[in-house]
Amino acid sequence: MTSELDIFVGNTTLIDEDVYRLWLDGYSVGDAVALRVRSGILEQTGATAAVLQSDTMDHYRTFHMLERLLHAPPKLLHQLIYQIPPSRQALLIERYYAFDEAFVREVLGKKLSKGTKKDLDDISTKTGITLKSCRRQFDNFKRVFKVVEEMRGSLVDNIQQHFLLSDRLARDYAAIVFFANNRFETGKKKLQYLSFGDFAFCAELMIQNWTLGAVDSQVDDMDMDLDKEFLQDLKELKVLVADKDLLDLHKSLVCTALRGKLGVFSEMEANFKNLSRGLVNVATKLTHNKDVRDLFVDLVEKFVEPCRSDHWPLSDVRLFLNQYSASVHSLDGFRNLPKAVRPHLAAPPPLPQRVSPCGHQRGCHKT
Amino acid sequence: MPGKLKVKIVAGRHLPVMDRASDLTDAFVEVKFGNTTFKTDVYPKSLNPQWNSEWFKFEVDDEDLQDEPLQITVLDHDTYSANDAIGKVYIDIDPLLYSEAATVISGWFPIYDTIHGIRGEINVVVKVDLFNDLNRFRQSSCGVKFFCTTSIPKCYRAVIIHGFVEELVVNEDPEYQWIDRIRTPRASNEARQRLISLMSGELQRKIGLKVLEMRGNAVVGYLQCFDLEGESGLVVRAIGTACTLDKLSSPAAFLPACNSPSKEMKEIPFNEDPNPNTHSSGPSTPLKNQTYSFSPSKSYSRQSSSSDTDLSLTPKTGMGSGSAGKEGGPFKALLRQQTQSALEQREFPFFTLTAFPPGFLVHVGGVVSARSVKLLDRIHNPAFVGIMSNTRSYKLLDWNSFNSDEPETRDAWWAEIRQEIKSHAKALGCHAVVGYSESTSICEEVCILSASGTAAVLNPRFLQDGTVEGCLEQRLEENLPAGCGFCHIPYDELNMPFPAHLTYCYNCRKQKVPDVLFTTIDLPTDATVIGKGCLIQARLCRLKKKAQAEANATAISNLLPFMEYEVHTQLMNKLKLKGMNALFGLRIQITVGENMLMGLASATGVYLAALPTPGGIQIAGKTPNDGSYEQHISHMQKKINDTIAKNKELYEINPPEISEEIIGSPIPEPRQRSRLLRSQSESSDEVTELDLSHGKKDAFVLEIDDTDAMEDVHSLLTDVPPPSGFYSCNTEIMPGINNWTSEIQMFTSVRVIRLSSLNLTNQALNKNFNDLCENLLKSLYFKLRSMIPCCLCHVNFTVSLPEDELIQVTVTAVAITFDKNQALQTTKAHVEKSLQRASTDNEELLQFPLELCSDSLPSHPFPPAKEHLESASSNSGIPAAQRATSVDYSSFADRCSSWIELIKLKAQTIRRGSIKTTVTVEKTSPMGEGNFRNRSAAPCANSTVGVVKMTPLSFIPGAKITKYLGIINMFFIRETTSLREEGGVSGFLHAFIAEVFAMVRAHVAALGGNAVVSYIMKQCVFMENPNKNQAQCLINVSGDAVVFARESELEVVSTQQPAANCQPACTGGEVTT
Repeated sequence: MTSELDIFVGNTTLIDEDVYRLWLDGYSVGDAVALRVRSGILEQTGATAAVLQSDTMDHYRTFHMLERLLHAPPKLLHQLIYQIPPSRQALLIERYYAFDEAFVREVLGKKLSKGTKKDLDDISTKTGITLKSCRRQFDNFKRVFKVVEEMRGSLVDNIQQHFLLSDRLARDYAAIVFFANNRFETGKKKLQYLSFGDFAFCAELMIQNWTLGAVDSQVDDMDMDLDKEFLQDLKELKVLVADKDLLDLHKSLVCTALRGKLGVFSEMEANFKNLSRGLVNVATKLTHNKDVRDLFVDLVEKFVEPCRSDHWPLSDVRLFLNQYSASVHSLDGFRNLPKAVRPHLAAPPPLPQRVSPCGHQRGCHKT
Repeated sequence: MPGKLKVKIVAGRHLPVMDRASDLTDAFVEVKFGNTTFKTDVYPKSLNPQWNSEWFKFEVDDEDLQDEPLQITVLDHDTYSANDAIGKVYIDIDPLLYSEAATVISGWFPIYDTIHGIRGEINVVVKVDLFNDLNRFRQSSCGVKFFCTTSIPKCYRAVIIHGFVEELVVNEDPEYQWIDRIRTPRASNEARQRLISLMSGELQRKIGLKVLEMRGNAVVGYLQCFDLEGESGLVVRAIGTACTLDKLSSPAAFLPACNSPSKEMKEIPFNEDPNPNTHSSGPSTPLKNQTYSFSPSKSYSRQSSSSDTDLSLTPKTGMGSGSAGKEGGPFKALLRQQTQSALEQREFPFFTLTAFPPGFLVHVGGVVSARSVKLLDRIHNPAFVGIMSNTRSYKLLDWNSFNSDEPETRDAWWAEIRQEIKSHAKALGCHAVVGYSESTSICEEVCILSASGTAAVLNPRFLQDGTVEGCLEQRLEENLPAGCGFCHIPYDELNMPFPAHLTYCYNCRKQKVPDVLFTTIDLPTDATVIGKGCLIQARLCRLKKKAQAEANATAISNLLPFMEYEVHTQLMNKLKLKGMNALFGLRIQITVGENMLMGLASATGVYLAALPTPGGIQIAGKTPNDGSYEQHISHMQKKINDTIAKNKELYEINPPEISEEIIGSPIPEPRQRSRLLRSQSESSDEVTELDLSHGKKDAFVLEIDDTDAMEDVHSLLTDVPPPSGFYSCNTEIMPGINNWTSEIQMFTSVRVIRLSSLNLTNQALNKNFNDLCENLLKSLYFKLRSMIPCCLCHVNFTVSLPEDELIQVTVTAVAITFDKNQALQTTKAHVEKSLQRASTDNEELLQFPLELCSDSLPSHPFPPAKEHLESASSNSGIPAAQRATSVDYSSFADRCSSWIELIKLKAQTIRRGSIKTTVTVEKTSPMGEGNFRNRSAAPCANSTVGVVKMTPLSFIPGAKITKYLGIINMFFIRETTSLREEGGVSGFLHAFIAEVFAMVRAHVAALGGNAVVSYIMKQCVFMENPNKNQAQCLINVSGDAVVFARESELEVVSTQQPAANCQPACTGGEVTT
């Protein structure tokens, strides 16, 4: 006796959250059944393995049929075939577009192309995430990228509108799209200590301050591409390190303001020139695409690592950077340069501003 | 030119890509009705076209309006090649034809293609302008309302229940026409869909005409079925119950508002009944013009004899009732005669209803059924088998050669069966059959026609149009003992049609009741039940040799009685094992296949307080010498006893014991006999004459003399009860649970298993089939575990044998949650509830003092009823039970061993003041809640599709149906030539059923409704050919589209309005709290 056909169709489509998770995680029906058995569900419900098998198959089939609609979430809302309560629809979408931290770190900043897709096997073995799940996540990134690529308006809003994601998830996707578009290098060993959240934080600040959208809200691609003009203007900052007087003046302003407030004051005083040079060099090089890609690598090398070797506490880094950018405004040459430099100075290079990288770095050193 | 149909095509969305090059579609729409076709403009290059067409107007006869579906085809325009069809929408415009239902059909319909399934949606608006037509000879029956619901629809009142209407239409099946060889599968499927749509339209119109002839205005319990007879054609047949319904409008609010004010708020005041066809003041006798001559003298004599029976019954059935003997035997007899005559005028006194207005059902006799095996090809000598609970007829009928293609042939077949049913009912002393249904099973050229119902005695009040009698009758029935009247035997105990065991009713102690009651109807609302009910199934397979034509038909006819017998034995055993004594909603399905017959009986077992406690099951061995064997037997016996005890606990069956003296029962002590009797028990192999009564054994004796019987016992014990928190039944509601909450989940589950051809023995088959059903149930319980505590209601199993080694089981049911806290104290609650009923009834009585005074006078002249009654019953005595007439069947004789106390009446006075309405207050709908939550999560998610609930029940828990919008009756075919790509057979069927649900919901939403009640999937024919990567499936569904409102919403309204409206009328207002 073999079951040829075995289906269950409810007027309201039944969604089992646990099975959905297993499906999203890319387990085969057999593995999913084994995992469910291990969870003790048979004992709880008094069901048999056959029942569990049939139930799992059924859910998998449902998810498979829903997947087509999940690729364009508004369709899921307007379709008539599956009657699903809105809260469940939201859950389906949110979970489908959720991604694994480990996976996203692997592909963040990479081009979302066929080539990368081929590497998914390696990522799968490296991260322990099933290939199926990797594919889904990768395809999600790519799909979102394609849809919002040449669209007007805020990146986050666009993503939210076309994929009906929660605010948090939409922001994450905005970061992924932004990184993929600008191809920031995030995979170097030096950057491994940074989490996706760290990068997402930077991405948000950069979208707010460095893109076309920051200046003009009515252009295509406004939140995706960096404002070329702005990057060009950053070159003007060179004077901060090139002009000896200006450098000294800047240093003294910062030192005066921070004296007694910084635990690592002497180190800062000693290192000021190096640090300032590092920051300004990173900024002025950003007109080249190659250097844009290496933004985070450079920042870590030129600024984070020197601080780290001197054991700067996080609060000191923050104080220093705030003072560093604030003092520039009182420098003679900069009072009359509002447009070009102000944005940059108002939002200094994102990475050091970030709380956790330095915190991490500190922690790492001590242990 | 009595009608103008107007159609507007608004827009489309989610269309499929038809042009690969541009990834877009150039869509336009063809609108066709009858022979007229209109087209919209082409809306180029869009998947979401906005046609916004003009109004297309069709001027048509109302006859056509009823028959024809509106056909909308969406096409992709191609400049160079032929236009490609995207898909179609068929819209049944019938709901627009009666004034009270929908006025416009407007909404998004899925565009359906028989090969690709749903491909996008189209927005359509349809209206009908009807002109009044006074032509008496018209062929249309616009205005007759149809309901699938097998009870009086919730917002109507039955003025008269006229009776049975039936019709059938036969046509050639397009699939078998010569042209099918050259046309595409799509064209063939569409021809079939269209034909069936046309045929059902025609059928409905013809039935409507019959109803108008009977001066009715509605058909309730309308059941339409298709017989796909293959080469010999396509039969569409329908049965129903003609009624004259009155819409309950606000004046009804002066009726006792005792229960809850919201109940009366179902209608907005200005909803009158403008139906021109209602002649409520017309002549009272419903006539059926088309009178068949009641043929042979034999049936005549039977008729007269049965009316004799009725007369002799009179004193007994005058049933005393506790109160002063206001009504008399002679008076009762008079009424009976009236009923009799009213019913005699009908060809078939059948009713497809399963639930009735209070007081309609007087007595229930038992299940009557008849089956007949026919050859679809050339009909020569098919065997005729009629089986029922009480008399067995088993004869070969000589059929003169009929031409099978004529509807007359099928008509004659059914007429024959109905005649059989009618005579069976007569033998039971009943003049009517309720809960009547018909079905067929076809395999190749053999067809089994089945009909079954419950023999009953009805109250004439609803059968005639007479307000005076109505009041009289009402008076009478108020005096009937509540909750047990229907159990009292309708037949003469001196002249019993079968050897039943009668005892005095455990409720009223006045009338005789049988020991077990089988019925096809729902549990009457006023019945007193102890504990909860449960689903009971008997499952059976029988191998049959492959044979041709007559040999085959004969083989089947020979097997049928054995199957019936075994099915009943199984039901009986299982019923006893559950410690219950009555079955409701019994449905026995016999399916014929190439090489086997399958029998599946489903029913809901309950413990009726009025019937005696069932005895246990005893096991006896044949070889008493063997010690270990004895031990084994006693072990089994213990197991069975344990199971019974466990079940009693599980279903909370704890009838209070009463000692003999108190009752003073004249019935011989049952226990004493228990040891005497263990005579002829039948194991299936040795049945020579079909005595299904199992003799007059006390306890049910199972003899284990061979492996067969062992298997039987084992299978008895292998039925596992549902997991805790779950209940199941196949009736509308679960006896013993009344605190439903609003969450419902309707579902369809289909399973097909392939039998390995090696082990095809009866036992192996039985086991496979049993496992299949049990596993299916287990899966359902597992799937729905999140709804616990819940009850699966209206569980409907359908078995078919699509191929040699395939068994297909389809289940449709609804899971309803209930409130556990209240459920815990069920027994008590139930008694309370029945008390409530009783007292509310009284309350109601009090509200009509005027009517009572004027009308009750005629009822007084016959006071001495009670004495008559008692003397009569003591004369007749009990020995009737001993008189074995041996001929039959359902008198499953077992004895009771305990007595039940009547707590009811005692408690009544106590409970009176504190009646609470048990209406569960609806929490905010989960949908609305979710929507809200969702909105906060994703702001764009709020434009969702409206929710349409579907349920096989006639009601929606926690809500009131405010309007019936019309009948939904849809037929779909889906075919694929890429089975693997669509996820195999499971993927294919899963998607198709989901699509069918979607289309039903879309039609209901377009009518302005938000639910389908009495939903039923009447057919699900699935055929596959995996080698060719093909599959085909046909599905037929129907139901009633309704608008419902949550009780909580209604209450908001009602707290405002009735304050002004009802206040003066609500004398019982304080009770409503």
